[in-house]
Amino acid sequence: MVAIPSRHKSLVLLTGAVLLQVLLLAVQIKSDTRGSLIRVWTVTAISPFERAGAWCIDGVKNTWHRYFALRDTELKNENLRRQNDQLKLEVNQLQSKAGEADRLAALLNFRDAHKQIPMLAARVIGGSADNSSQAVYLDRGQRDGIERNMAVITPDGVVGKIIAVFNNESQVLLLTDKESGVGAMLADTRVQYPVGGAGGKQLMLKYVPNDDPVNLGDKVVTSGMDRIYPKDLPVGTITQIKPNMPFKEVTVKPAAAFDHLEDVIVLLTMQPLAPKNEPEAQAPANAAKPLPPPAAQQ
Amino acid sequence: MNDTFDIRSAETHIEVYKFRMGTVVIVTALALFLQAMFPIHVPRLNVLDLPLLITIYFALSRRNPSTGLLLGMVIGLLQDSLSKTPLGVFGISKTIIGYVASSIGARLDTEHPAARLALIAIFFGLHQGIVVLIHRVLLAQPEPWFTTGLGIAAAVNAFVGVLLFILLDKLRKT
Repeated sequence: MVAIPSRHKSLVLLTGAVLLQVLLLAVQIKSDTRGSLIRVWTVTAISPFERAGAWCIDGVKNTWHRYFALRDTELKNENLRRQNDQLKLEVNQLQSKAGEADRLAALLNFRDAHKQIPMLAARVIGGSADNSSQAVYLDRGQRDGIERNMAVITPDGVVGKIIAVFNNESQVLLLTDKESGVGAMLADTRVQYPVGGAGGKQLMLKYVPNDDPVNLGDKVVTSGMDRIYPKDLPVGTITQIKPNMPFKEVTVKPAAAFDHLEDVIVLLTMQPLAPKNEPEAQAPANAAKPLPPPAAQQ
Repeated sequence: MNDTFDIRSAETHIEVYKFRMGTVVIVTALALFLQAMFPIHVPRLNVLDLPLLITIYFALSRRNPSTGLLLGMVIGLLQDSLSKTPLGVFGISKTIIGYVASSIGARLDTEHPAARLALIAIFFGLHQGIVVLIHRVLLAQPEPWFTTGLGIAAAVNAFVGVLLFILLDKLRKT
């Protein structure tokens, strides 16, 4: 057997360690797995501390807000009451308009349909350990019925989708991640474009031809075509449009508050969510059946 | 048994530092825990790469390339498993950083804050370069080699690293 000089042992060890990990990477890419066993161990070991950390931080925040930051509460209460009255008025106006507009009617139907959609509230307990990706961990997992590719939302808008599920935790790929995407459309014109993350705080509306009419302030909602996110959920608002070749660069400010995600809703279904009382008679006789849930992507 | 020992050559006298039992494990776990908490509770601190700083510190202190690269590999793989990256991206980069840092640590005195500042910035750049290389070559994902944000992150990590290293020095066996 060839003896390795002691001064070269560490170099041999380095080469072995790097090759081993390259092999590990290759296996994951080839078999589309993400080394679940090591991940399960690590997440299981770290998540109790994350839960405890989240609990402590919440405690400190609550103590601060409830006992030390009450100086302006009276004024804030008054402002909130006023805002509430204003919002009630706006809701009433919207409800009256809904009867006249087909799109809003469909939206309301969809809202009705939401009552039967199995949903699960979850708390964000941790983030990704690398600063280049945008993912968070939830305190709910397989035991709560969560599966990969399920949609995660907040009342404000779309948050992301489940990319990994553990017994008691799950990992969400946020919409702002560079590898994330959602089938979307403009709320007014109903023209469809995909929306993807840009790796920062903003989203990008992709493949918008230069002659397509897109305006600042336009609302972007989900199209439901990706079979992950239900139709008509708010995605964001267009905040910047730059002409470029071959497509415009359209920046979208997300509707969901990604800066302080705390509680989210997981839609416990991967079936397409059609409006509840959409007249079946209107559907063509040979309408295509809903596609099965998407195959695992990562 | 002595707690510390010296590497002696004809011209150099560089001390190898050891730590109290469990220090490396606890500090590593704490770094990973904090790194996972930053994006949720303190997004501004997301530029920090605590696992990298810990890898550099222990590698420089132990001055043993084998220990350095194995520690870097473990920390990197743990960071991978808490991220969405495939296992091995941070594993490979931190393995190499652990090896290089401990090799340099065995030849140079890296106790001076100015030396540490420069080394951390250089290692941050090297680490980023390796991560981008892996993304481009092995994962076929186009990642930029350099952005202004990365330059700022290198500077922030270097400054925070110097302060962190001073704190970690207190954990050394005397």
